[in-house]
Amino acid sequence: MVTITSIIGNRRAGLKNLFVFVSAVCFLFLFFGLALASTEGSPTPIPTESAAPWWIWPLVLFVVTFLLGIVAVLGGVGGGVLFVPIIGGFFPFHIDFVRGAGLLVALSGALAAGPGLLKKGMADLRLALPVALIASACAVVGAMLGLALPAKIVNTALGGTILGIVAIMLLAKKSEYPDVKQADALSTALRINGIYHEASSGQDINWKIHRTPQALAIFILIGVMAGMFGLGAGWANVPVLNLMMGAPLKVSVATSKFLLSITDTSAAWIYVNNGAVLPMMVVPSIIGIMLGSIVGVKILAKTKPAAVRYIVIIMLLFAGTRALLKGLDIWK
Amino acid sequence: MGKEARATEEQVAYAKLLDSGMKAGLLVLVVTFVIYVTGIFVPHVPVNDLPKHWSMPVHKYLQAANIPIGWSWLVMVGKGDFVNFIGIAFLAGVTLFCYIRIIPILFRKKDTVYGIIAILEVLVLVLAASGILKTGGH
Repeated sequence: MVTITSIIGNRRAGLKNLFVFVSAVCFLFLFFGLALASTEGSPTPIPTESAAPWWIWPLVLFVVTFLLGIVAVLGGVGGGVLFVPIIGGFFPFHIDFVRGAGLLVALSGALAAGPGLLKKGMADLRLALPVALIASACAVVGAMLGLALPAKIVNTALGGTILGIVAIMLLAKKSEYPDVKQADALSTALRINGIYHEASSGQDINWKIHRTPQALAIFILIGVMAGMFGLGAGWANVPVLNLMMGAPLKVSVATSKFLLSITDTSAAWIYVNNGAVLPMMVVPSIIGIMLGSIVGVKILAKTKPAAVRYIVIIMLLFAGTRALLKGLDIWK
Repeated sequence: MGKEARATEEQVAYAKLLDSGMKAGLLVLVVTFVIYVTGIFVPHVPVNDLPKHWSMPVHKYLQAANIPIGWSWLVMVGKGDFVNFIGIAFLAGVTLFCYIRIIPILFRKKDTVYGIIAILEVLVLVLAASGILKTGGH
Protein backbone atom coordinates (compact mmCIF):
# COMPACT_ATOMS: atom_id res chain seq x y z
CA MET A 1 0.00 0.00 0.00
CA VAL A 2 2.76 2.32 1.00
CA THR A 3 4.70 1.34 -2.11
CA ILE A 4 1.76 2.05 -4.45
CA THR A 5 1.11 5.36 -2.74
CA SER A 6 4.73 6.30 -2.92
CA ILE A 7 4.90 5.35 -6.60
CA ILE A 8 1.84 7.44 -7.40
CA GLY A 9 3.19 10.15 -5.16
CA ASN A 10 6.53 10.03 -6.95
CA ARG A 11 4.87 10.38 -10.35
CA ARG A 12 2.79 13.28 -9.16
CA ALA A 13 5.80 14.73 -7.43
CA GLY A 14 7.77 14.39 -10.65
CA LEU A 15 5.11 16.27 -12.62
CA LYS A 16 4.81 18.95 -9.99
CA ASN A 17 8.58 19.30 -9.75
CA LEU A 18 8.69 19.65 -13.51
CA PHE A 19 5.96 22.28 -13.39
CA VAL A 20 7.78 24.23 -10.69
CA PHE A 21 11.07 23.97 -12.55
CA VAL A 22 9.57 25.01 -15.89
CA SER A 23 7.71 27.92 -14.27
CA ALA A 24 10.85 29.15 -12.57
CA VAL A 25 12.90 28.86 -15.75
CA CYS A 26 10.21 30.66 -17.82
CA PHE A 27 10.11 33.43 -15.27
CA LEU A 28 13.88 33.86 -15.32
CA PHE A 29 13.96 33.83 -19.13
CA LEU A 30 11.18 36.39 -19.24
CA PHE A 31 13.13 38.73 -17.00
CA PHE A 32 16.44 38.33 -18.76
CA GLY A 33 14.75 38.63 -22.18
CA LEU A 34 13.00 41.82 -21.23
CA ALA A 35 16.08 43.16 -19.55
CA LEU A 36 18.07 42.73 -22.75
CA ALA A 37 15.24 44.20 -24.82
CA SER A 38 14.90 47.21 -22.57
CA THR A 39 18.67 47.80 -22.60
CA GLU A 40 18.68 47.74 -26.39
CA GLY A 41 15.66 50.00 -26.58
CA SER A 42 17.01 52.77 -24.37
CA PRO A 43 20.16 54.36 -25.75
CA THR A 44 20.33 57.00 -23.05
CA PRO A 45 20.38 55.45 -19.62
CA ILE A 46 17.87 56.94 -17.23
CA PRO A 47 19.30 57.87 -13.85
CA THR A 48 17.91 55.69 -11.12
CA GLU A 49 18.06 55.52 -7.34
CA SER A 50 20.17 52.39 -7.54
CA ALA A 51 23.14 51.63 -9.77
CA ALA A 52 21.71 48.20 -10.59
CA PRO A 53 19.50 47.79 -13.68
CA TRP A 54 15.78 47.82 -12.92
CA TRP A 55 15.21 44.13 -13.56
CA ILE A 56 17.68 42.98 -10.91
CA TRP A 57 15.35 43.78 -8.03
CA PRO A 58 12.22 42.01 -9.31
CA LEU A 59 14.41 39.04 -10.19
CA VAL A 60 16.01 38.96 -6.75
CA LEU A 61 12.53 39.47 -5.29
CA PHE A 62 11.31 36.39 -7.14
CA VAL A 63 14.24 34.28 -5.91
CA VAL A 64 13.93 35.51 -2.32
CA THR A 65 10.15 35.02 -2.20
CA PHE A 66 10.63 31.53 -3.65
CA LEU A 67 12.96 30.75 -0.73
CA LEU A 68 10.59 32.46 1.71
CA GLY A 69 7.79 30.26 0.40
CA ILE A 70 9.82 27.15 1.26
CA VAL A 71 10.87 28.45 4.67
CA ALA A 72 7.34 29.62 5.52
CA VAL A 73 5.87 26.17 4.95
CA LEU A 74 8.66 24.42 6.84
CA GLY A 75 8.48 26.93 9.67
CA GLY A 76 4.68 26.79 9.90
CA VAL A 77 4.14 30.51 9.32
CA GLY A 78 2.37 32.53 6.65
CA GLY A 79 4.32 34.10 3.81
CA GLY A 80 3.19 37.64 4.64
CA VAL A 81 4.77 37.70 8.06
CA LEU A 82 8.19 36.94 6.56
CA PHE A 83 7.68 39.01 3.41
CA VAL A 84 7.02 42.45 4.86
CA PRO A 85 9.90 42.76 7.34
CA ILE A 86 12.47 41.06 5.12
CA ILE A 87 11.59 42.78 1.84
CA GLY A 88 10.90 46.06 3.65
CA GLY A 89 14.19 45.89 5.50
CA PHE A 90 16.60 44.77 2.81
CA PHE A 91 15.13 45.86 -0.55
CA PRO A 92 14.99 49.38 -2.01
CA PHE A 93 11.17 49.40 -2.13
CA HIS A 94 9.27 51.89 0.01
CA ILE A 95 7.40 50.34 2.91
CA ASP A 96 4.05 51.49 1.38
CA PHE A 97 4.57 49.22 -1.63
CA VAL A 98 6.00 46.42 0.47
CA ARG A 99 2.88 46.35 2.63
CA GLY A 100 0.63 46.42 -0.43
CA ALA A 101 2.55 43.52 -1.94
CA GLY A 102 2.64 41.70 1.42
CA LEU A 103 -1.13 41.85 1.68
CA LEU A 104 -1.59 40.48 -1.82
CA VAL A 105 0.96 37.72 -1.14
CA ALA A 106 -0.89 36.73 2.04
CA LEU A 107 -4.24 37.05 0.25
CA SER A 108 -3.18 34.83 -2.65
CA GLY A 109 -1.94 32.13 -0.28
CA ALA A 110 -5.19 32.26 1.68
CA LEU A 111 -7.33 32.16 -1.48
CA ALA A 112 -5.39 29.16 -2.74
CA ALA A 113 -5.74 27.23 0.53
CA GLY A 114 -9.32 28.29 1.32
CA PRO A 115 -11.37 26.05 -0.99
CA GLY A 116 -9.70 22.82 0.15
CA LEU A 117 -9.94 23.73 3.82
CA LEU A 118 -13.63 24.63 3.49
CA LYS A 119 -14.57 21.53 1.49
CA LYS A 120 -12.89 19.24 4.01
CA GLY A 121 -14.71 20.97 6.84
CA MET A 122 -11.43 21.95 8.51
CA ALA A 123 -12.06 25.67 8.13
CA ASP A 124 -15.40 26.52 9.69
CA LEU A 125 -17.57 29.13 8.02
CA ARG A 126 -19.72 29.67 11.13
CA LEU A 127 -16.64 30.40 13.20
CA ALA A 128 -15.06 32.55 10.51
CA LEU A 129 -17.94 34.80 9.45
CA PRO A 130 -18.50 36.84 12.65
CA VAL A 131 -14.76 37.11 13.25
CA ALA A 132 -14.14 38.10 9.63
CA LEU A 133 -16.74 40.87 9.77
CA ILE A 134 -14.95 42.55 12.66
CA ALA A 135 -11.41 41.86 11.44
CA SER A 136 -12.04 42.98 7.85
CA ALA A 137 -13.79 46.21 8.88
CA CYS A 138 -10.88 46.99 11.20
CA ALA A 139 -8.34 46.01 8.53
CA VAL A 140 -9.76 48.81 6.38
CA VAL A 141 -9.10 51.25 9.23
CA GLY A 142 -5.61 49.77 9.71
CA ALA A 143 -4.78 50.08 6.02
CA MET A 144 -5.87 53.71 5.95
CA LEU A 145 -3.90 54.46 9.10
CA GLY A 146 -0.83 52.72 7.71
CA LEU A 147 -0.90 54.71 4.48
CA ALA A 148 -1.49 57.98 6.32
CA LEU A 149 1.30 57.56 8.89
CA PRO A 150 4.92 58.49 8.19
CA ALA A 151 7.17 55.59 7.16
CA LYS A 152 9.31 56.00 10.29
CA ILE A 153 6.36 55.41 12.58
CA VAL A 154 5.16 52.48 10.50
CA ASN A 155 8.63 50.90 10.50
CA THR A 156 9.01 51.38 14.25
CA ALA A 157 5.59 49.88 14.95
CA LEU A 158 6.27 47.09 12.46
CA GLY A 159 9.57 46.27 14.16
CA GLY A 160 7.87 46.18 17.55
CA THR A 161 5.11 43.97 16.17
CA ILE A 162 7.55 41.53 14.57
CA LEU A 163 9.48 41.23 17.82
CA GLY A 164 6.14 40.62 19.56
CA ILE A 165 5.40 37.86 17.05
CA VAL A 166 8.77 36.29 17.87
CA ALA A 167 7.78 36.31 21.54
CA ILE A 168 4.43 34.70 20.69
CA MET A 169 6.18 32.02 18.63
CA LEU A 170 8.60 31.26 21.44
CA LEU A 171 6.19 31.40 24.37
CA ALA A 172 2.66 30.56 23.19
CA LYS A 173 1.64 26.97 23.73
CA LYS A 174 -0.74 25.13 21.49
CA SER A 175 -3.50 22.82 22.47
CA GLU A 176 -4.63 20.09 20.06
CA TYR A 177 -8.04 19.77 21.69
CA PRO A 178 -8.66 22.54 24.24
CA ASP A 179 -10.97 21.65 27.08
CA VAL A 180 -14.07 23.82 26.74
CA LYS A 181 -16.35 22.97 29.64
CA GLN A 182 -19.26 25.07 28.48
CA ALA A 183 -19.87 27.13 25.37
CA ASP A 184 -20.59 30.82 26.05
CA ALA A 185 -23.98 32.39 25.35
CA LEU A 186 -22.93 34.20 22.18
CA SER A 187 -21.35 31.19 20.49
CA THR A 188 -24.36 29.10 21.53
CA ALA A 189 -26.73 31.65 19.99
CA LEU A 190 -24.65 31.73 16.81
CA ARG A 191 -24.37 27.91 16.82
CA ILE A 192 -20.60 28.01 16.47
CA ASN A 193 -19.63 24.42 17.06
CA GLY A 194 -18.78 21.44 14.95
CA ILE A 195 -17.40 18.02 14.33
CA TYR A 196 -14.36 17.26 12.31
CA HIS A 197 -12.79 13.98 11.38
CA GLU A 198 -9.23 13.56 12.57
CA ALA A 199 -7.70 11.37 9.87
CA SER A 200 -4.58 10.47 11.87
CA SER A 201 -6.55 8.90 14.75
CA GLY A 202 -9.78 8.10 12.90
CA GLN A 203 -11.71 9.98 15.58
CA ASP A 204 -14.58 12.40 15.17
CA ILE A 205 -13.85 15.46 17.26
CA ASN A 206 -16.75 17.47 18.67
CA TRP A 207 -15.82 21.02 19.44
CA LYS A 208 -17.37 24.16 20.85
CA ILE A 209 -15.94 27.51 21.87
CA HIS A 210 -16.02 29.96 24.75
CA ARG A 211 -14.93 33.55 25.53
CA THR A 212 -16.40 34.68 22.19
CA PRO A 213 -17.07 38.35 23.10
CA GLN A 214 -13.53 38.82 24.46
CA ALA A 215 -12.02 37.18 21.40
CA LEU A 216 -14.09 39.32 19.04
CA ALA A 217 -12.74 42.38 20.85
CA ILE A 218 -9.19 41.18 20.26
CA PHE A 219 -9.95 40.71 16.56
CA ILE A 220 -10.50 44.48 16.37
CA LEU A 221 -6.80 44.91 17.14
CA ILE A 222 -5.75 42.01 14.92
CA GLY A 223 -7.69 43.49 11.99
CA VAL A 224 -6.10 46.92 12.44
CA MET A 225 -2.62 45.40 12.60
CA ALA A 226 -3.24 43.17 9.57
CA GLY A 227 -4.30 46.17 7.49
CA MET A 228 -1.64 48.49 8.80
CA PHE A 229 1.36 46.22 8.28
CA GLY A 230 0.20 43.92 5.47
CA LEU A 231 1.52 40.97 7.42
CA GLY A 232 -1.34 38.57 7.22
CA ALA A 233 -2.46 37.70 10.72
CA GLY A 234 -2.18 33.95 11.18
CA TRP A 235 0.35 34.53 13.95
CA ALA A 236 -2.41 36.25 15.97
CA ASN A 237 -5.50 34.44 14.69
CA VAL A 238 -4.35 30.96 15.67
CA PRO A 239 -3.53 31.67 19.34
CA VAL A 240 -6.84 33.53 19.80
CA LEU A 241 -8.94 30.87 18.08
CA ASN A 242 -7.10 27.97 19.72
CA LEU A 243 -6.00 29.11 23.17
CA MET A 244 -8.60 31.77 23.93
CA MET A 245 -11.74 30.53 22.20
CA GLY A 246 -10.87 26.85 22.56
CA ALA A 247 -11.25 25.67 18.96
CA PRO A 248 -9.15 22.58 18.16
CA LEU A 249 -5.73 23.39 16.76
CA LYS A 250 -6.39 22.10 13.24
CA VAL A 251 -9.71 23.93 13.02
CA SER A 252 -7.99 27.08 14.31
CA VAL A 253 -5.15 26.89 11.79
CA ALA A 254 -7.51 26.16 8.88
CA THR A 255 -10.08 28.79 9.89
CA SER A 256 -7.29 31.34 10.40
CA LYS A 257 -5.97 30.71 6.91
CA PHE A 258 -9.44 31.10 5.42
CA LEU A 259 -10.05 34.18 7.57
CA LEU A 260 -7.03 35.87 5.98
CA SER A 261 -8.71 35.65 2.58
CA ILE A 262 -11.45 37.96 3.90
CA THR A 263 -9.43 40.26 6.17
CA ASP A 264 -6.73 40.83 3.59
CA THR A 265 -9.28 41.40 0.82
CA SER A 266 -10.71 44.47 2.51
CA ALA A 267 -7.27 45.88 3.33
CA ALA A 268 -5.90 45.05 -0.13
CA TRP A 269 -8.58 47.17 -1.77
CA ILE A 270 -7.44 50.21 0.23
CA TYR A 271 -3.87 49.70 -0.97
CA VAL A 272 -5.00 49.11 -4.57
CA ASN A 273 -7.27 52.15 -4.64
CA ASN A 274 -4.62 54.38 -3.09
CA GLY A 275 -1.94 53.41 -5.60
CA ALA A 276 0.24 51.39 -3.21
CA VAL A 277 0.39 48.32 -5.46
CA LEU A 278 3.19 47.95 -8.00
CA PRO A 279 2.63 44.99 -10.32
CA MET A 280 6.39 44.64 -10.87
CA MET A 281 6.69 43.84 -7.15
CA VAL A 282 3.43 42.03 -6.58
CA VAL A 283 3.43 39.44 -9.36
CA PRO A 284 7.00 38.11 -8.94
CA SER A 285 6.33 37.92 -5.19
CA ILE A 286 3.08 36.00 -5.54
CA ILE A 287 4.53 33.56 -8.10
CA GLY A 288 7.76 33.16 -6.14
CA ILE A 289 6.07 32.45 -2.83
CA MET A 290 3.51 30.08 -4.35
CA LEU A 291 6.15 28.04 -6.19
CA GLY A 292 8.27 28.05 -3.03
CA SER A 293 5.29 26.81 -1.00
CA ILE A 294 4.83 23.89 -3.41
CA VAL A 295 8.48 22.92 -2.96
CA GLY A 296 8.19 23.49 0.81
CA VAL A 297 5.24 21.10 1.06
CA LYS A 298 7.29 18.44 -0.76
CA ILE A 299 10.24 18.86 1.58
CA LEU A 300 7.89 18.80 4.55
CA ALA A 301 6.47 15.46 3.39
CA LYS A 302 9.95 13.92 3.48
CA THR A 303 11.53 15.50 6.52
CA LYS A 304 10.51 17.00 9.82
CA PRO A 305 12.78 19.97 10.06
CA ALA A 306 12.24 21.18 13.62
CA ALA A 307 15.25 23.45 13.30
CA VAL A 308 13.53 25.46 10.56
CA ARG A 309 11.14 26.97 13.07
CA TYR A 310 14.12 28.38 14.94
CA ILE A 311 15.60 29.65 11.68
CA VAL A 312 12.29 31.45 11.02
CA ILE A 313 12.38 32.91 14.52
CA ILE A 314 15.96 34.13 14.00
CA MET A 315 15.01 35.61 10.60
CA LEU A 316 12.06 37.42 12.15
CA LEU A 317 14.18 38.60 15.07
CA PHE A 318 16.73 40.04 12.66
CA ALA A 319 14.16 41.57 10.29
CA GLY A 320 12.10 42.96 13.20
CA THR A 321 15.18 44.55 14.74
CA ARG A 322 16.09 45.98 11.35
CA ALA A 323 12.61 47.52 10.92
CA LEU A 324 12.70 48.93 14.44
CA LEU A 325 16.16 50.46 14.01
CA LYS A 326 15.24 51.75 10.54
CA GLY A 327 12.16 53.42 12.01
CA LEU A 328 14.26 54.96 14.77
CA ASP A 329 16.86 56.16 12.24
CA ILE A 330 19.57 54.09 13.94
CA TRP A 331 20.16 51.67 11.03
CA LYS A 332 19.25 53.42 7.78
CA MET B 1 -17.14 8.28 8.14
CA GLY B 2 -15.50 10.80 5.89
CA LYS B 3 -16.27 14.18 7.29
CA GLU B 4 -16.09 15.95 3.99
CA ALA B 5 -19.89 15.79 4.13
CA ARG B 6 -19.65 17.79 7.34
CA ALA B 7 -19.13 20.93 5.30
CA THR B 8 -22.45 22.75 5.07
CA GLU B 9 -24.20 23.66 1.82
CA GLU B 10 -23.13 27.32 2.04
CA GLN B 11 -19.58 26.30 2.92
CA VAL B 12 -19.32 24.08 -0.15
CA ALA B 13 -20.91 26.74 -2.38
CA TYR B 14 -18.44 29.31 -1.06
CA ALA B 15 -15.52 26.93 -1.56
CA LYS B 16 -16.46 26.09 -5.16
CA LEU B 17 -16.77 29.71 -6.22
CA LEU B 18 -13.58 30.62 -4.36
CA ASP B 19 -11.72 27.81 -6.09
CA SER B 20 -12.81 28.89 -9.59
CA GLY B 21 -12.27 32.58 -8.89
CA MET B 22 -8.85 32.07 -7.37
CA LYS B 23 -7.65 29.94 -10.29
CA ALA B 24 -9.02 32.39 -12.86
CA GLY B 25 -7.50 35.32 -10.98
CA LEU B 26 -4.05 33.75 -10.80
CA LEU B 27 -4.19 32.82 -14.48
CA VAL B 28 -5.15 36.38 -15.45
CA LEU B 29 -2.41 37.72 -13.17
CA VAL B 30 0.27 35.62 -14.87
CA VAL B 31 -0.99 36.33 -18.41
CA THR B 32 -1.20 40.08 -17.86
CA PHE B 33 2.24 40.11 -16.26
CA VAL B 34 3.65 38.39 -19.34
CA ILE B 35 1.97 41.10 -21.44
CA TYR B 36 3.63 43.69 -19.19
CA VAL B 37 7.18 42.38 -19.19
CA THR B 38 7.22 41.44 -22.86
CA GLY B 39 6.15 44.99 -23.75
CA ILE B 40 3.11 43.94 -25.80
CA PHE B 41 1.32 46.92 -24.23
CA VAL B 42 3.45 50.00 -23.58
CA PRO B 43 3.51 50.68 -19.82
CA HIS B 44 2.45 54.04 -18.39
CA VAL B 45 5.63 54.10 -16.27
CA PRO B 46 8.59 52.84 -18.34
CA VAL B 47 10.23 49.86 -16.68
CA ASN B 48 13.57 51.67 -16.68
CA ASP B 49 12.01 54.39 -14.52
CA LEU B 50 10.66 52.01 -11.91
CA PRO B 51 13.65 52.22 -9.53
CA LYS B 52 13.12 55.97 -9.31
CA HIS B 53 9.58 55.41 -8.13
CA TRP B 54 9.49 52.30 -5.97
CA SER B 55 11.57 53.88 -3.24
CA MET B 56 9.19 56.86 -2.93
CA PRO B 57 6.24 57.10 -0.54
CA VAL B 58 3.09 56.25 -2.42
CA HIS B 59 1.68 59.79 -2.65
CA LYS B 60 4.94 61.10 -4.13
CA TYR B 61 5.01 58.23 -6.61
CA LEU B 62 1.47 59.02 -7.71
CA GLN B 63 2.39 62.66 -8.27
CA ALA B 64 5.70 61.90 -10.00
CA ALA B 65 4.21 59.30 -12.31
CA ASN B 66 0.97 61.24 -12.80
CA ILE B 67 -1.23 58.36 -11.71
CA PRO B 68 -4.78 58.97 -10.51
CA ILE B 69 -6.10 56.85 -7.65
CA GLY B 70 -9.23 54.75 -7.20
CA TRP B 71 -10.81 52.96 -10.12
CA SER B 72 -9.23 55.25 -12.69
CA TRP B 73 -6.85 52.39 -13.53
CA LEU B 74 -9.75 51.07 -15.61
CA VAL B 75 -9.26 53.81 -18.20
CA MET B 76 -5.51 53.02 -18.27
CA VAL B 77 -5.99 49.30 -18.68
CA GLY B 78 -4.49 49.45 -22.16
CA LYS B 79 -1.13 50.25 -20.56
CA GLY B 80 1.21 47.35 -19.83
CA ASP B 81 1.53 48.09 -16.12
CA PHE B 82 -2.16 48.79 -15.52
CA VAL B 83 -3.39 45.71 -17.35
CA ASN B 84 -2.05 43.77 -14.34
CA PHE B 85 -4.74 45.34 -12.20
CA ILE B 86 -7.34 43.14 -13.90
CA GLY B 87 -5.83 40.07 -12.21
CA ILE B 88 -5.22 41.90 -8.94
CA ALA B 89 -8.81 43.18 -8.85
CA PHE B 90 -10.03 39.68 -9.71
CA LEU B 91 -8.17 38.18 -6.75
CA ALA B 92 -9.30 41.00 -4.46
CA GLY B 93 -12.89 40.68 -5.68
CA VAL B 94 -13.50 36.95 -5.53
CA THR B 95 -14.35 36.95 -1.80
CA LEU B 96 -17.08 39.53 -2.37
CA PHE B 97 -18.78 37.26 -4.92
CA CYS B 98 -18.43 34.25 -2.60
CA TYR B 99 -20.37 36.16 0.05
CA ILE B 100 -23.02 37.22 -2.44
CA ARG B 101 -23.30 33.56 -3.46
CA ILE B 102 -24.07 32.30 0.07
CA ILE B 103 -26.53 35.01 1.16
CA PRO B 104 -29.59 33.40 -0.52
CA ILE B 105 -28.59 29.99 0.85
CA LEU B 106 -28.38 31.35 4.41
CA PHE B 107 -31.79 33.04 4.17
CA ARG B 108 -33.37 29.97 2.57
CA LYS B 109 -32.12 27.96 5.56
CA LYS B 110 -33.63 30.64 7.83
CA ASP B 111 -30.17 31.37 9.20
CA THR B 112 -31.10 35.04 9.44
CA VAL B 113 -28.28 36.16 11.73
CA TYR B 114 -25.61 34.75 9.43
CA GLY B 115 -27.46 36.12 6.41
CA ILE B 116 -27.25 39.58 7.96
CA ILE B 117 -23.58 39.05 8.87
CA ALA B 118 -22.89 38.12 5.25
CA ILE B 119 -24.74 41.23 3.98
CA LEU B 120 -22.75 43.43 6.37
CA GLU B 121 -19.53 41.83 5.13
CA VAL B 122 -20.55 42.55 1.54
CA LEU B 123 -21.10 46.19 2.53
CA VAL B 124 -17.65 46.35 4.17
CA LEU B 125 -15.98 44.86 1.10
CA VAL B 126 -17.92 47.10 -1.30
CA LEU B 127 -16.96 50.15 0.76
CA ALA B 128 -13.30 49.08 0.77
CA ALA B 129 -13.35 48.41 -2.96
CA SER B 130 -15.34 51.52 -3.86
CA GLY B 131 -12.40 53.90 -3.80
CA ILE B 132 -14.35 56.29 -1.57
CA LEU B 133 -11.91 55.73 1.30
CA LYS B 134 -8.85 57.80 0.49
CA THR B 135 -5.84 58.33 2.68
CA GLY B 136 -4.32 61.73 3.24
CA GLY B 137 -0.81 60.58 2.43
CA HIS B 138 2.21 61.27 4.58
